Amino acid sequence: MRNRQATQLLFELSKPGLAAVQMPECDVPRRLPEQLLPESALAEAPPALPEVSEPDLTRHFVNLSTQNMSIDTHFYPLGSCTMKYNPKRNERIASMAGFSGLHPYQPDETVQGMLELLYRAQEMLAEIAGLPGVSLQPAAGAHGELTALLTAAAYFRDTGQGRRSVLIPDQAHGTNPASAVMAGFRTKEVKSTSNGFVDLDDLDEKLDDRTAVFMITNPNTLGLFDPQMSRIAQRVHDVGGLVYLDGANMNAILGVARPGDFGADMMHYNPHKTFSTPHGGGGPGAGPIAVSEALAPYLPSPVVVRGENGYRLDFDRPKSIGRVRSFFGNTGVLVRMVCYLLTHGTEGLRRVSENAVLNANYLLCRLKHFLPVPHGDRCMHEFVASASGLKRQRGLTAMDVAKRLLDRGFHAPTVYFPLIVPEALMIEPTETESKATLDAFAEAMFRLVEEPMDLLHEAPHTTLISRADEVQAARKPILSWSPEDGRE
Amino acid sequence: MPYIPNTPEDQRAMLDAIGVESIDDLFAMIPSELRLQGQLDLPPAMGEMDLAAYMNRLASENTVAEACACFLGGGSYDHFIPALVDTVASRGEFYTAYTPYQAEASQGTLQAIFEYQTLITQLTGMDVSNASLYDGGTAAVDAVLMAMSATRRSGRVVTSRSVHPEYRQIMATYLANLDTQLHVVDTPEGTTAAESLAAEVDSQTACVLVQHPNFFGCLEDVETLAGIAHAAGALLIVAAGPISLGLLKRPGDYGADIVVAEGQPLGNGLGYGGPYLGIMACGERFVRRMPGRLVGQTTDRRGRRCWVLTMQTREQHIRREKATSNICTNQGLMALRAAVYLAAMGPAGMRAVAELCLEKAHYAAEQLAGADSLELAFEAPFFNEFVVRLADGRVEHRLKAARQQGILAGVPLGRWYPELADCLLIAVTEKRTKEEIDRLARVLAQPCPSGD
Repeated sequence: MRNRQATQLLFELSKPGLAAVQMPECDVPRRLPEQLLPESALAEAPPALPEVSEPDLTRHFVNLSTQNMSIDTHFYPLGSCTMKYNPKRNERIASMAGFSGLHPYQPDETVQGMLELLYRAQEMLAEIAGLPGVSLQPAAGAHGELTALLTAAAYFRDTGQGRRSVLIPDQAHGTNPASAVMAGFRTKEVKSTSNGFVDLDDLDEKLDDRTAVFMITNPNTLGLFDPQMSRIAQRVHDVGGLVYLDGANMNAILGVARPGDFGADMMHYNPHKTFSTPHGGGGPGAGPIAVSEALAPYLPSPVVVRGENGYRLDFDRPKSIGRVRSFFGNTGVLVRMVCYLLTHGTEGLRRVSENAVLNANYLLCRLKHFLPVPHGDRCMHEFVASASGLKRQRGLTAMDVAKRLLDRGFHAPTVYFPLIVPEALMIEPTETESKATLDAFAEAMFRLVEEPMDLLHEAPHTTLISRADEVQAARKPILSWSPEDGRE
Repeated sequence: MPYIPNTPEDQRAMLDAIGVESIDDLFAMIPSELRLQGQLDLPPAMGEMDLAAYMNRLASENTVAEACACFLGGGSYDHFIPALVDTVASRGEFYTAYTPYQAEASQGTLQAIFEYQTLITQLTGMDVSNASLYDGGTAAVDAVLMAMSATRRSGRVVTSRSVHPEYRQIMATYLANLDTQLHVVDTPEGTTAAESLAAEVDSQTACVLVQHPNFFGCLEDVETLAGIAHAAGALLIVAAGPISLGLLKRPGDYGADIVVAEGQPLGNGLGYGGPYLGIMACGERFVRRMPGRLVGQTTDRRGRRCWVLTMQTREQHIRREKATSNICTNQGLMALRAAVYLAAMGPAGMRAVAELCLEKAHYAAEQLAGADSLELAFEAPFFNEFVVRLADGRVEHRLKAARQQGILAGVPLGRWYPELADCLLIAVTEKRTKEEIDRLARVLAQPCPSGD
């Protein structure tokens, strides 16, 4: 039931003279731009934007929305992304004018409710992490990594230590090494053992008095909790380094284990994963970080503090690294996060992780008979299956499986990550899926791997488009519309 | 628990299938000495009604800028947002989707981002836009890092004191551990003087970052500044005001190499500072050094036009430590809002908004400057924001008096510019009425009672 308004581009709907918005008459004495500004500063014509009426625009964008899979419409077992249900009450609350209609430079006394909310956010994140210092400023997980590493660098500089290397396991998210380089560090890769844990011998070899930070994702990207965690932290601390915990997988351990208790000195959260804030088709997220007491003075400014006259933004922090983002941060995301935390409380958060782990293990045990999971029978909140056997036997790739799942009405798992598992399918069901959904997914997967190969290679068949040619897109990039590229 | 759809019977059946007694058994891989002893100390859980009541209470303790006569700016502005923007952005299929890695399941998001990229190139006059960055400040710093890589000059970066002070703070923070010298040109007249800039730019300089209209609202002589940067082989990065581009020359027309902007004014609410979006656009020749996601057009197996994330070999999930940036999640939903806004406004709407802002700001400046106790701090031409100096320097008192009349009168500048501690930065958008402006003028011109 597609129609042309969806498949055409905005620019192809444009017709001179149309507009969806009309501005009011000017109520101050009119003066021409040429009278107010130097002619050399003015454009000859307004920007060549499309001209479309409101009804056409509405239909265009609403039709576009229907071409997405989303959490509201589909099971979305995208490993490492924690695609859980986005509560509607949080959306309604975050859109209240008392939160959404505040200017970032309003005086503190006019935003006491907002500051109370943000102060509570700091407190709750500190408690969940077991780390007392919190900054809400970073705008996304990777931004949190960078901020924490800059904080660590400032700490080392201030204490007279010229530590320059960051150690990162080979199965880490790509953001870890990229963040380390942006923060001015050199990276060293630490190997994993065949069962997916940190290779302690290799770690020992790479640790020295130049080591600044060891970054670890635990539970790791295979969905396994590295049981050597305390030994790892001990060794890093013994050489004077700090342990960074990539909090991407916090959904597995809320209320069960705290990074600060198991050896981390700093960590980031992904509220758009763990705390259910919507991912928005690629953001906004947020990347609050929690750090140890020793590191707290170096966190970005401002932080929210509570004083005798209520809450205020504290800018008077002489050791602070400064700023990593303008204004306060992705506040709207933080409002939703606080709603989520208050909805759950102590017991509720633990139930979240328990059910996330239960769902993942149940799905693992349903799939492992026909889709091997190389790293064991148990997992935390996610697991990594491998299509390499199917590829050897039948030529079926992880990508084929992913694309065919779309035909079955399921979003695909994360594919080809982590790199240490060949033909990886990384599956994270989250706690907000029912047993019935997991059963249906397992059933679809079971039928899928038996299907004729050409059907699988050509998948998807039922989506709006068939497999897109990514090679062509990269070779001859067309990154914006122009009339000559505009043919359908 | 409200978002867990399994009954105790379901859970029992699942545990039986797995072959364990209890959920606790599933956590066996976490050594017991690493587990939390006891419980988290968090507030008790709240049901939806209690939560709504509590959050309502917090919300009611805030003064809503959008409900006041808001003259606050400094990068975040109270512009009108057409209802259509909210309608589109509250479609669950948009806001509950992930980054569109699976193209066949994400054509809606991909096409909308492709349209966003195109609209931004139309607005800025540049060749290429990415899919958005976090905000204007990080976009400016990302542009500096990109220029350092494109010019292979990492020793020196030059900017100006009229660039948003928070953008400069972010830059200083990001560059703290790199061997890059950051030079800031002073701007006593409110704009970047050509001679002062020329004195700082040398053959080692990677780029010059200026803001236009700048933080004080003043227009910079961007063509001359571009000439100075280019003569030294440096790139010109311009932090632009997106609404001003309804009227001002496009950066692509005066030689900017990279354009960044705070995208909030394009259909995004004030939101106490976020989420906003960072706009970034550049010339074709820099595209492979660009940070962030890019959507490209291609065809499917049946030859139909479609869209995918492309040039991913720049990105962290492929290139790891050699990536152009560490960015992963960006501001997709905010970019969608900006796209709907620009499409709804069209060329005539953008021109009209820019004109209203310009005319009302100048009317306001005239009204204020007419009072004996007030004067404009700078003479340079300005767009919709200007700096006014209070003869008696009683900034806080005036702000408070204005607030009592429902007016958020301006941003005090002393925090960033000690020499402007007696000044207010005043922004005027199309939403401010003549009556509100006249009231602002009256309250700011009123003498303070002595001794207060």
